[in-house]
Amino acid sequence: MSILINKDTRVVCQGITGQAGSFHAERMLEYGTKLVAGVTPGKGGTTHHELPVFDSVLDAVQHTGANASVIYVPAAFAADAIMEAAEAGIELVVCITEGIPTLDMIRVKKYLSNKKTRLIGPNCPGIITPGACKIGIMPGYIHKPGNVGVVSRSGTLTYEAVWQLTQRGLGQSTGIGIGGDPIVGTDFVDVLRLFQEDKETMAIVLIGEIGGSAEEEAAEVIQQEITKPVIGFIAGSTAPPGKRMGHAGAIISGNKGTAISKIAALKNAGVTIADSPADIGETTVRVLKQTGASAG
Amino acid sequence: MKVYEFQAKDILRKYGVCVPRGKVISQGHDAPKIFQEIGSNRCVIKAQVLAGGRGKGGGIRFATTSAEAQAIAAGMLGAHLVTRQTSPKGIEVNYVLIEESVSIKNELYLAITIDRSLQTPVLIASIEGGMEIEEVAKKSPDKIIREPIDIFFGVHPFQIRRIASKLGISGISSTRFNNLVTNLFHAFINNDCSLLEINPLAVTVDDKLCALDAKMDIDDNALYRHQEFEQMSQYQDLSPVEVLAKKYKLSYISLDGNIGCLVNGAGLAMATMDIIKLHGGEPANFLDVGGDASLEQVTQAFKIILSDSKVKAILINIFGGIMKCDVIASGITQAIQDVGIHIPLVVRLEGTNVDIAKKILENSCLSIISAKDMKEAASLVVKASK
Repeated sequence: MSILINKDTRVVCQGITGQAGSFHAERMLEYGTKLVAGVTPGKGGTTHHELPVFDSVLDAVQHTGANASVIYVPAAFAADAIMEAAEAGIELVVCITEGIPTLDMIRVKKYLSNKKTRLIGPNCPGIITPGACKIGIMPGYIHKPGNVGVVSRSGTLTYEAVWQLTQRGLGQSTGIGIGGDPIVGTDFVDVLRLFQEDKETMAIVLIGEIGGSAEEEAAEVIQQEITKPVIGFIAGSTAPPGKRMGHAGAIISGNKGTAISKIAALKNAGVTIADSPADIGETTVRVLKQTGASAG
Repeated sequence: MKVYEFQAKDILRKYGVCVPRGKVISQGHDAPKIFQEIGSNRCVIKAQVLAGGRGKGGGIRFATTSAEAQAIAAGMLGAHLVTRQTSPKGIEVNYVLIEESVSIKNELYLAITIDRSLQTPVLIASIEGGMEIEEVAKKSPDKIIREPIDIFFGVHPFQIRRIASKLGISGISSTRFNNLVTNLFHAFINNDCSLLEINPLAVTVDDKLCALDAKMDIDDNALYRHQEFEQMSQYQDLSPVEVLAKKYKLSYISLDGNIGCLVNGAGLAMATMDIIKLHGGEPANFLDVGGDASLEQVTQAFKIILSDSKVKAILINIFGGIMKCDVIASGITQAIQDVGIHIPLVVRLEGTNVDIAKKILENSCLSIISAKDMKEAASLVVKASK
């Protein structure tokens, strides 16, 4: 088991003929993802990486039975691409695109509210169930099948955490980057609940960062609902207030969104915090030993 | 992107929001003419800087004669204004806004921003105008009114009536308030704002609602569809290095330490700053080359760090995903060939195309200190910086 995706997930790639879409579609195929189609408006009927390309997501779904989508289209068209996938009945939409205007995402979320589609991202690395299915841009080789669930707001920092786990022999059940924007489709709380339900996940690594209150909200749910051990790290302890650190969501305004408040909330909920980003793997090993849970 | 008060007011005026009559100047000797044009016996002169707390810092002053207006404006222009929101050095004042002084009955607070938890725009109002809203929230949270706004419907009239009643607005002012809120929401949406704040919103002696100050933040991600703001961005208070970084779409923030950092991804870049500090060092900057940087961007990013004279050592920490490690390696070697390097360089690479990248660096014959992981990289660069 795993969450949201497995070896049977059938993926369509929106923007497959673009530079990023093409490169990462190839990496996904190499990894063994069941990538079944591509979509580029105007290029329907052609093939790319030996996959059929369609003009619309609906065409792709009808012809290939795709049930998940990954989006690499430019920011100005990405909101529309998400809604197109939802309208076509896609269950899981993973939006990699960075730089979508916040108000567009608010409209998208509202549009999705009465659809069964789950959105991951935007501005995220994607989701991977090691050894089974990779939807996104994360390097495949750093992952290993196993029992640690990883969830993060960051991209590259997720790779860092996963790599530390893998090097210590700890595999992952599923790894999800939820994205660094103020408005995201799936938040920490959603993923925590999915990991809690998943029989294969023995422990959860949660990587947050300054800005917003997603970590504080996660802490509340951890305290009330999560019985599995949670290991946390918060990036940005040394960031000065008022400066936006790259991610549209990563800014400390007033006394809100600081690393101190997030770490306090998580510790209070029983989360073991790694003080250094280099200690996420070691801390997980230690916690698993203490709790006696096995996660290989 | 933050815009100046006078720019925000120009926008609000276009949306039918009442703002005091006035004009912005950059030369003190233009002040008397504007003072005459306004034709009021009392004007307010406001330093235009992108920081709050101007009043207490001496950036808002009143004049009753044109000579006085000129003296005040000339004194502000070119000087550095220090407020509790600026650095101790302050911000140079390049523009001042001269406005009629409005006779007011009371001051309210009104703003629209994004509520990240509710994932909608939210209208915030308070009878405690003129104060910092964070202060009001701390001292008397019951005086803060919040109304989530449906992005497709806009602010419902019943919501506006509810807010008006809590603000003590009645009679003729209710209609004016209804129009104001509606117009404000249109301005917020059409300009892709992340914040539109009127503080204070004055209730004048003749019961008009007038925006005495205006703060406007535009969503950077939406600037591509607002070319009208390109003109504005030249006014922004950025250092030359930050302007260069912006040109190459690099996310760069200058800090006080001596270790230059080049990282991909905001989260890893923040974590790299954190780990440098944990090892007893001080980062000189935050620099995220982004998810999908080109060779040129990487080369420029590296040159920007090299151009900072306080940098004593550089740490490159890359975990390639969409970003390919070989592009980083080529960018580094290109930059060093172009401008040379005379300080220690610690490199940690992992991820997509890492093997090709390592070959590029080996073949370049540059003296690079390689680190196998983040911890080693941090400890090596901190040692090299001392």
